[in-house]
Amino acid sequence: MTLTLEVIGISVLWLFLFLYVIVASIDFGAGFFNAYSAFTNKQHILTNIIQRYLSPVWEVTNVFFVFFFVGIIGFFPQTAFYYGTTLLVPASIALILLAIRGSYYAFATYGAKINHRGYIYMYGLSGLLLPAALSPVLAISEGGFINMVDGNPHLDYWALFTSPLMWSIVVLSIAAVLYISAVFLTWYANKAGDVKATDLMRKYALIWAGPAIITATGIIYELRGHSPEHYENLLDLWWVFAISFLLFVGTVYLIWKRRNYGLAFILLVGQFFTAFFAYGLSHFPYLLYPYLTIYDSFTNETMAIALIVAFIAGLGLLLPSLYLLFRLFLFDKDYVKGKSDYHV
Amino acid sequence: MVLEDTALLSRILTLLTLSFHIIYATIGVGVPLMIMIAQWVGIKKNDDHYILLARRWARGFVITVAVGVVTGTAIGLQLSLLWPNFMQVAGNVIALPLFMEVFAFFFEAIFLGIYLYTWDRFEDQRKHLLLLIPVALGAAASSVFITIVNAFMNSPQGFEVLNGELVNVSPFLAIFNPAMPTKVAHVVATAFLTCAFLLASIAALRIIRGSTHIYHKKALHLTMKLGLVFAIATAIIGDFSGKYLAEYQPEKLAAAEWHFETEEGADLVLFGVLDGEEPKYAIRIPYALSILAHSLPNAEVTGLNEFPEDEVPPLWIHYLFDIMVSIGMWLAFIAFVYVAASWRGWKFVKQKWFLWLTLISGPLALVAIEAGWWFTEVGRQPWILRGYMTVEEAATTSGQVDLMIILFAGLYFILGIGTIVVLLRMYKRNPIEKELAAREAQKGGEKE
Repeated sequence: MTLTLEVIGISVLWLFLFLYVIVASIDFGAGFFNAYSAFTNKQHILTNIIQRYLSPVWEVTNVFFVFFFVGIIGFFPQTAFYYGTTLLVPASIALILLAIRGSYYAFATYGAKINHRGYIYMYGLSGLLLPAALSPVLAISEGGFINMVDGNPHLDYWALFTSPLMWSIVVLSIAAVLYISAVFLTWYANKAGDVKATDLMRKYALIWAGPAIITATGIIYELRGHSPEHYENLLDLWWVFAISFLLFVGTVYLIWKRRNYGLAFILLVGQFFTAFFAYGLSHFPYLLYPYLTIYDSFTNETMAIALIVAFIAGLGLLLPSLYLLFRLFLFDKDYVKGKSDYHV
Repeated sequence: MVLEDTALLSRILTLLTLSFHIIYATIGVGVPLMIMIAQWVGIKKNDDHYILLARRWARGFVITVAVGVVTGTAIGLQLSLLWPNFMQVAGNVIALPLFMEVFAFFFEAIFLGIYLYTWDRFEDQRKHLLLLIPVALGAAASSVFITIVNAFMNSPQGFEVLNGELVNVSPFLAIFNPAMPTKVAHVVATAFLTCAFLLASIAALRIIRGSTHIYHKKALHLTMKLGLVFAIATAIIGDFSGKYLAEYQPEKLAAAEWHFETEEGADLVLFGVLDGEEPKYAIRIPYALSILAHSLPNAEVTGLNEFPEDEVPPLWIHYLFDIMVSIGMWLAFIAFVYVAASWRGWKFVKQKWFLWLTLISGPLALVAIEAGWWFTEVGRQPWILRGYMTVEEAATTSGQVDLMIILFAGLYFILGIGTIVVLLRMYKRNPIEKELAAREAQKGGEKE
């Protein structure tokens, strides 16, 4: 694999998808924990933290998603034909779920503070259903679920819904969302000096660590049966997964020992980063097995260069802005602790 | 399944999403500028009312932005879901502005989050105002980039088709297509115009309801002046848009004007009904179409009969065009009357009937926005990419579009009702009088 324009394009997109997975997991999981605590009447413990961190940044979270699907059409226009045609239903469901989340922020936290229980549950549930609606795309990309009928791609729902691979990916995505979110919120709650919330989130983090790692291993097993070629590639990268596992052990250890939650979260990001990129690398060069590779679906060279230049320029604007955002809402001690309230 | 025509179903769903999204998108583009101007006036005049005006507008704005993010994500994905064959071509030629739009949106979302959560955090109000500049710029830039894509659909260039393959692609030629300057200017100016009038409507409503507070009068005065500026800008740009159409999309202009025979000194036809090729009961303005199309009363305007029948857009777009233009004229007229009367000290603009006219102008401006987008989209039919690809060829082959129409119609209905209910409740719970009193009390407390 040489560093061609195709490789640069897919790396940029994969990186932004990874960032979306992390920031969206925090958002999705927090909503679920919030709903769960409302259910067990411990709501006030989490609501504050969710409003302080999530409300200012959720729109930014959403842009990572938009970036990915606009970017992939730009760099690999043929994906529009294959994935656009087949994903109408799952993507529409995901849109409805995103709408529930967006409207919760709009109506319940910014607006008239409608804190109806039903709404809190819907918001919480959407956080679990969204990964379940989005992650099957990873299973579809493994091949075997799309048939060509009269030159048009069709999704075989029966094959998809009876596939153990699809279900393991769905379960992993949910477990990972809850695990990532719990580790982050443990750190954030601790920073806010909220002992009760820290303890609660620490407990959730430890509970969800097991399912996350077990389901991840399960997928590797499922792939052996479903996509032997992909499985072979995965085995070649065994050492990356080993590093990822060590990082996982590190996170759990720190959380368990109640030490250095910030480092624990960084290790977690490292764990997912290594696993995500090793997975992506083993999938290479296919975007949709066996129809679409990054090479035959690539845009023309002029457009590719224009997009990369625009990306670098855009990043020049984006990084300082993101830094400012996080400095104000993530690293500002007074803000995190709730000592200052400057909402419009 | 009742309907098998996925192209038609895809059009219906796109129409539904765009018609709903454009309301939020227009507010999203225009209101940040209004907030910025109000806050700036407040700082300059050291007048707390204007600062509060900015702050209260911002509160409502957050809610529309949040819903706009949702509907914007929906249309962004639906483009690929409903028109996969079009997006495959678009991805190759016009992906650059789409991609840049995401960055503009990123930029806007980040600074909006910061702006909203940092009221009174700075000693110096001017620092806080600075944070709004990237929001307004990002919002305007988003609309510019997206409109470029729409302009490209109307006058595609920057590529060649050789044996079914796209060759010689030039992203910059595609961006700077002939439709781009007028279309972009028109969309941005009308967004500002519409928002000025929507905010004027709110102020008029408060005064009609009996509030005598000077705050509402200041709000009305500011927004009507801005309304006049943008109404004039819109009229000038509209004239250029007519000339663009005459040159590059003559069939669209001819269909909008029910202009069948190519002739010199063509009349502008307003409203009426069509009897064969003869408009009846219509208002005719002599030579006006020639002037609109070519700036000369005797210029020749191409008629519909010059085009093959299957490339002529549906003739009912005439009404859309007329609605858009009439409302545009109305807005310019009412803003002009208000500003002139205030300047001369005439009292009638303070009377109820005139306030009512102001009140209906905001919603009318939104109607004009809808009519304008329907006009430009239906007026491009049968093409999705004029001259290259029809909507039939572009549509998905998926069989579930009908179900998705029901799903999204329900979603937009709930979001629409939710927006209205939440906005009303928010402002009712905290009217301006109450907020001003609270601020006074707080200030008094600080002095002691």
